[in-house]
Amino acid sequence: MRRDLLPTDAVAAGGTPEAADTGAGTSGAIGDDPGAGRQRLRFYQVGSFAVGNRLADPSQRTVQSDATRSNSLDSGHRACQGCGEALGARYALDAAMRAAGGQLVAVNATGCLEVFSTPYPETSWRIAWLHSLFANAPAVATGVAAAMRVKGRSDVRVVAQAGDGGTVDIGFGCLSGMFERNDDVLFICYDNEAYMNTGVQRSGATPSAARTATTEAIGPDPGAPFGQGKDLPRLAMAHGIPYVATATVADLHDLEDKIERATLMRGARYVHVLVPCPLGWGTASADTIAVARLATQTGLFPVYEAKNGSVTSVSKIRRVQPVEAYLGMQKRFAHLFGTPGRPDIVARIQAIADDSIARFGLLDSHAGEPAERGAR
Amino acid sequence: MLEQIEGSRAVAKTVARCRPEVVCAYPISPQTHIIEAIGALVRSGELARCEFINVESEFAAMSVAIGASAAGARAYTATASQGLLFMIEAVYNAAGLGLPVVMTLANRAVGAPINIWNDHSDAMAVRDAGWVQLFAETNQEAADLHVQAFRLAEELSVPVMVCMDGFVLTHAFEQVDVPEQDLVDAFLPPYEPRQVLDPADPVSIGAMVGPEAFEEVRYLAHVRQLAVLEQIPVVAAEFERTFGRRSGGLVSSYRAEDAEVVVVALGSVLGTIKDTVDERREQGERIGVVGITSFRPFPREAVRQVLSAARQVVVIEKAFSIGFGGVLATDVAMALQGLPPEVVSVVAGLGGRPITTVSLRRVLQAAVNDRLPPLTFLDLDEDLVRHELERMAATRRSGPTAENLLRDLGVPSGHIG
Repeated sequence: MRRDLLPTDAVAAGGTPEAADTGAGTSGAIGDDPGAGRQRLRFYQVGSFAVGNRLADPSQRTVQSDATRSNSLDSGHRACQGCGEALGARYALDAAMRAAGGQLVAVNATGCLEVFSTPYPETSWRIAWLHSLFANAPAVATGVAAAMRVKGRSDVRVVAQAGDGGTVDIGFGCLSGMFERNDDVLFICYDNEAYMNTGVQRSGATPSAARTATTEAIGPDPGAPFGQGKDLPRLAMAHGIPYVATATVADLHDLEDKIERATLMRGARYVHVLVPCPLGWGTASADTIAVARLATQTGLFPVYEAKNGSVTSVSKIRRVQPVEAYLGMQKRFAHLFGTPGRPDIVARIQAIADDSIARFGLLDSHAGEPAERGAR
Repeated sequence: MLEQIEGSRAVAKTVARCRPEVVCAYPISPQTHIIEAIGALVRSGELARCEFINVESEFAAMSVAIGASAAGARAYTATASQGLLFMIEAVYNAAGLGLPVVMTLANRAVGAPINIWNDHSDAMAVRDAGWVQLFAETNQEAADLHVQAFRLAEELSVPVMVCMDGFVLTHAFEQVDVPEQDLVDAFLPPYEPRQVLDPADPVSIGAMVGPEAFEEVRYLAHVRQLAVLEQIPVVAAEFERTFGRRSGGLVSSYRAEDAEVVVVALGSVLGTIKDTVDERREQGERIGVVGITSFRPFPREAVRQVLSAARQVVVIEKAFSIGFGGVLATDVAMALQGLPPEVVSVVAGLGGRPITTVSLRRVLQAAVNDRLPPLTFLDLDEDLVRHELERMAATRRSGPTAENLLRDLGVPSGHIG
């Protein structure tokens, strides 16, 4: 039996949903924010740390479990099996739609999400949706927001979405401008850490040592170089915008909560969602959630929220994992393992994870130091 | 009411009276006075219900206009030269999406070498983007064309670029009758988009189209431009009825009816050409002038009609296709296919070099005497060019030529480094 199909241990952790909060959840939860009730829910399935839903009061369940959810990104699209971006976009936009009461316009950058959702003459979008170009989604969204403001449609919320290329690389100029002007746009980045649509080329979000089609696993320094890459959430924070958050498709409650919270705020908001790509990462289609969760549990992808440039809460790592557990699942890091392997490079990646854990305080004191990392 | 006013300010006041709802601005010479003045009109409240957005680039300016227009707002921006090239991807996109954005192009040369002065290289670079491109001869026409531009754009769901010569028009003070608010309101109804981003009626805009329909989409864009061609004279006629003056239209013609030699040009240089033609007429030379107001869509039939009786057509243009020759001349020659007139191209006024009556007189005399070659560069400093060519022949190496030329001329900046 797969471990992640075992029953939840929520009852064992405390018996009631409220009590579950203290055992495993966030620190510094923001009590007066919409959705904060659901954010307090932390059901972890035995072994896998999956977040469950079934024992929660219906009002506290996820948007995805709601039969009346909007299905913003409907079935029938052309995404690959196990696509993290398709999941992320559906989760995010359904949550945004619920928060906005259906009054939502989405702007999409060029990329996988745009291509697989709208092959002419079909569309998977059940929301008002506009695709213009690769680099300009933030600016187009600014234009939509301006139009809504001038038309007196303050009820309409504007979301812009892009992959990591459209966010950290080619779209960064427009994104930074949108942030700096504090335009009334929620920008969501679905980060799968490379240009997957064009065949897995390196982006400014590709992690060190990862093999891509333009950073082949060849030579003495295989994969993407160390010392490069952009940490977009922290750059967003540096703009001092009202809200910045990171999330993954592995924690639906957390992702939906952050999107709902961000949707109801005003000004420039940024949510950075880690979305594994089975094709580009070389993972099994069934492992999208597992690998996203490991990204957080190793500390390589810190999950946190920031307001006005300061971190206000972090999602603690429940049981810290060695980076090998995360890297070893992915063919893009296969050159680091085997015989002789590259333990030196793995150690450098572990150091990056340790730095991230220390920077964001991802471990509770009782959860142990990185050295006490438990087996998976 | 006539007032003594700078061209940029006249355009800004006119645009404001067209009640744009979103104006996005990124400064570039010689467009700056236009957006500054519109910004002030928004700040003062004179232009109400308008979002004025200072963006971080021209690419963003056009992108904001795209978003605003797709969401149902009347959108306007202005640019020039490098700015137009920086936004070119979005320029194509606005046309492809059929969004009725109106943009002023304060025509300026394109670098390198960087040059802020007037020519038409920028407009020519986006000739094929699917925008309507109207060229103003005077500041009065520049102002009037903006009112017509919004009308054409929104009637036919196509973006319109009003081209006005940088500095020559934008910074010139002359008498302009800025279109009155009540007349503009009568002439230009509120923007009612045919398709809009509305949560109540969600549509997907900007889908991917493959080989199965792309040619058809492009063909239909062409058909739409042909419809613009029919509508431009209609709108110009209605403009004349409403405002009591002629502005716009497809082509303008001056003393061309019986002319053996007809000069064709775009924009403000038409004034200098007309003065020169008047002078030559007094000498008994049968010379006329035709101005192309609508460069895109190109009025093939109108051009054919107005030029068919000429012996020679001299196209004077402030841009050329490097390695080939005149751009406008090519279009004119295509329009005259099967008709007798010979078409020659005169490239002039590049990078802001003045086109003087003295030089024009020389060109026209050569034309009248059938001594004008197919391609002429007006007032080319041949000694300077020869010197550089000789140097290049002596020492083969890559790199820019601009610094060498400046050094030869003794221009101080040529000595830097």
